[in-house]
Amino acid sequence: MGKTLTGFGLILALTTALIAPAYAAGTEVRIGVALEPPVLDPTAGAAEAIDIVVYQNIFEGLTRIDPTGSVQPGLARDWSISEDGLTFTFNLHPDVTFHDGSSFDAEDVKFTFDRILGPDSVNAHKEFYEVIEAITVIDPLTVAFKLTRPSGQFLFNLGRGDAVIVAPESADNNVTDPIGTGPFSFVQWDKGSRVVLEQYGPYWGEPVALTKATYVFISDTATMTNALLAGDIDGTNNFAAEALAVFENDPRFKVLVGTTEGETLLATNNRKPPFDDLRVRQAMAHALDRKAIIDGATYGYGTPIGSHFAPHNPYYVDLTNTYPFDIEKAKALLAEAGFPDGFKATLKLPPVAYARLSGQIIASQFAKVGIELELINVEFAQWLEDVYTNKDFDLTIISHVEPFDIGNYANPDYYFGYDNPEFQSLIETLNATTDDAKRKSLAIQAQEILARDAVNGYLFELAQTGVWNAKLAGMWQNSPIEGLVLRDIHWTE
Amino acid sequence: MSTTIMPDRRPILSHPSLWIGLGATLMFALLALVSLVWTPYPIAEIDIARRFLAPSAEHWLGTDNLGRDMASLIMAGTLTSFLVAALAVAIGAGIGVPLGLAAAAWGGPLEWLVLRLTDFIFAFPAIIVAILITSLFGPGATNAIIAIGIFNIPVFARVARGGALSIKTLDFVAAARLAGLSNAGIAYRHLLPNIMSLIIVQGTIQLSLGILAEAGLSYVGLGTQPPATSLGLMLRDAQGIFLIHPWLTLVPGVCIVLIVIALNLAGDGLRDAIDPRLKAVGAPNVAA
Repeated sequence: MGKTLTGFGLILALTTALIAPAYAAGTEVRIGVALEPPVLDPTAGAAEAIDIVVYQNIFEGLTRIDPTGSVQPGLARDWSISEDGLTFTFNLHPDVTFHDGSSFDAEDVKFTFDRILGPDSVNAHKEFYEVIEAITVIDPLTVAFKLTRPSGQFLFNLGRGDAVIVAPESADNNVTDPIGTGPFSFVQWDKGSRVVLEQYGPYWGEPVALTKATYVFISDTATMTNALLAGDIDGTNNFAAEALAVFENDPRFKVLVGTTEGETLLATNNRKPPFDDLRVRQAMAHALDRKAIIDGATYGYGTPIGSHFAPHNPYYVDLTNTYPFDIEKAKALLAEAGFPDGFKATLKLPPVAYARLSGQIIASQFAKVGIELELINVEFAQWLEDVYTNKDFDLTIISHVEPFDIGNYANPDYYFGYDNPEFQSLIETLNATTDDAKRKSLAIQAQEILARDAVNGYLFELAQTGVWNAKLAGMWQNSPIEGLVLRDIHWTE
Repeated sequence: MSTTIMPDRRPILSHPSLWIGLGATLMFALLALVSLVWTPYPIAEIDIARRFLAPSAEHWLGTDNLGRDMASLIMAGTLTSFLVAALAVAIGAGIGVPLGLAAAAWGGPLEWLVLRLTDFIFAFPAIIVAILITSLFGPGATNAIIAIGIFNIPVFARVARGGALSIKTLDFVAAARLAGLSNAGIAYRHLLPNIMSLIIVQGTIQLSLGILAEAGLSYVGLGTQPPATSLGLMLRDAQGIFLIHPWLTLVPGVCIVLIVIALNLAGDGLRDAIDPRLKAVGAPNVAA
């Protein structure tokens, strides 16, 4: 009676069998990723998980962001910019086909951007493309974009996952059956388990080495560890820092440590009391001990940030000392705001290791100033629904991995609920400025406003800690854009 | 006044497993209760600088990945585990025993209904019930209690019915009926006292199963939520770093094993000591 269950828990903990990796040789790769995408259309969702699977693999844009974060030609072979900076004329690659066999031409480009800007658009970043006034198809391989004002970011924005080119015939089905022009075509999506891609033979560009790529969704660190050790997967782009030591000295694996564009935030619902009170947000900022969070949640791999900007960006300014860790100051500010005994709030945590660990640490830090946090673990789909879409949250922890995404704060409907006209006009000016020095000073001002207003708790810049089979090469060390680009990945033997 | 069948009591010392089991159980229970008023360190206090310390005079069982004192966590976690399991047993016995007695006392369609109902609940393991409940109300210790409690109901119902059926045919029950006692009265005054020892034994066994179930539910993230802790949650927190810091998984794992062994020994010992006669009649072996 019950004997079979005896030690059930321990057995679960001991299932980490050490099996020698069975190297999958040849031209196939299996990649473990923590989060499953909600859909497979990068123009229809904000989740990085979508781009991880499809960006530059299934779908391509007119331009392409390379591993260093620079803009390279994509479906557009080259382009010219008019003297006034308002007209971009793109020459498209000939002989490009979509995976369903239909051909790619300037009409598809026009359709793509009309769809992004249309009234029914579900694009997560329509604002990047609102600068477009008109798109003219000059001939099937030439298309001109007329802008309302000069934009220094335009070519970069065209290279984002949000602006990949889709075909009118297939666009509506891309959420489940993505059809693009990339080097890999979609084969199948076993929900909750994996997505399979295979090489697209008639690909227009340089041929890729891999014939098949499988993304396996594993959110649990122990499972991921075992899958790597057992050779069930060949690598993962961002492995939980807590268990990285398992692979650091193992010659069968290589650990790639790099940067991401991920500002990890204690995202705060600014529209909801008591968080609409600046003093409360300042108190929370003073209560955060970044060093402990970075050590505890990222094992030192994170870089502290004081505003919403990537430290490796040339426009970055260090604002980590705007509200230094100071418990007494935090208590005083809370008392001033009418909460001498603190208050209770909820903290919703998506299923990623950095969020779950940071959450526990922050709850302990906030407890010292009287803020009692209830930790609620949510699945990723539920996080997207509750927090991101319905804004039903007090606090949450999430990494914003899009490059140069400070403009999100200019959108009062964004889930932060931050509505500051001064900031909004600043971003408008920044978007319209092309002079680099001026852009830099505007970007610094924007960072300073966010830091001063303590819109969110600014924790750290997420590092990319990839673990890969030692015989795999061609992975991106840094992640200058959301995605896991398969193009250059190959086996070395 | 109720009539009780006096069991053939052997000297209590002839059941060493009972003493070992009860002793160890009481020790763990005491440790758990002490955590209500005192733990070496506050369990929610996170101090990254002192994480992964080996056991020492200062931290008897070392510290975990967030610098929390393992001994304090084990004490508080054991309390959660006991509390969840005990309340679940209370729910199971509170609903299951009356159901089982009613089935035995009335028989007929009611008995049929109770048996089919318990079959039905039996078909859902605790984990499935827990997933159902947590998807409706969200994860948490309370919902784990309800889930494990529901899982306990049929167990107690069957034990109660089985025990009561074997007594129901005895003369003193017939005498009571002739004296005009109703079914409910017979169940309450004559059947219940005579199956009490069976229920206690089954309660001990279910307590150990409840601790396992709580650990399992917390382990998959459906039970206790941080900053509270339980043995299962400790396992879950530490499993990602098992290969680097196996100690953090071993401590809660071994604790679960020891508690369950202790409770099983105590349960077996109690059964032997209290009621060998009812055992001979054939207490149904129902705990899954």
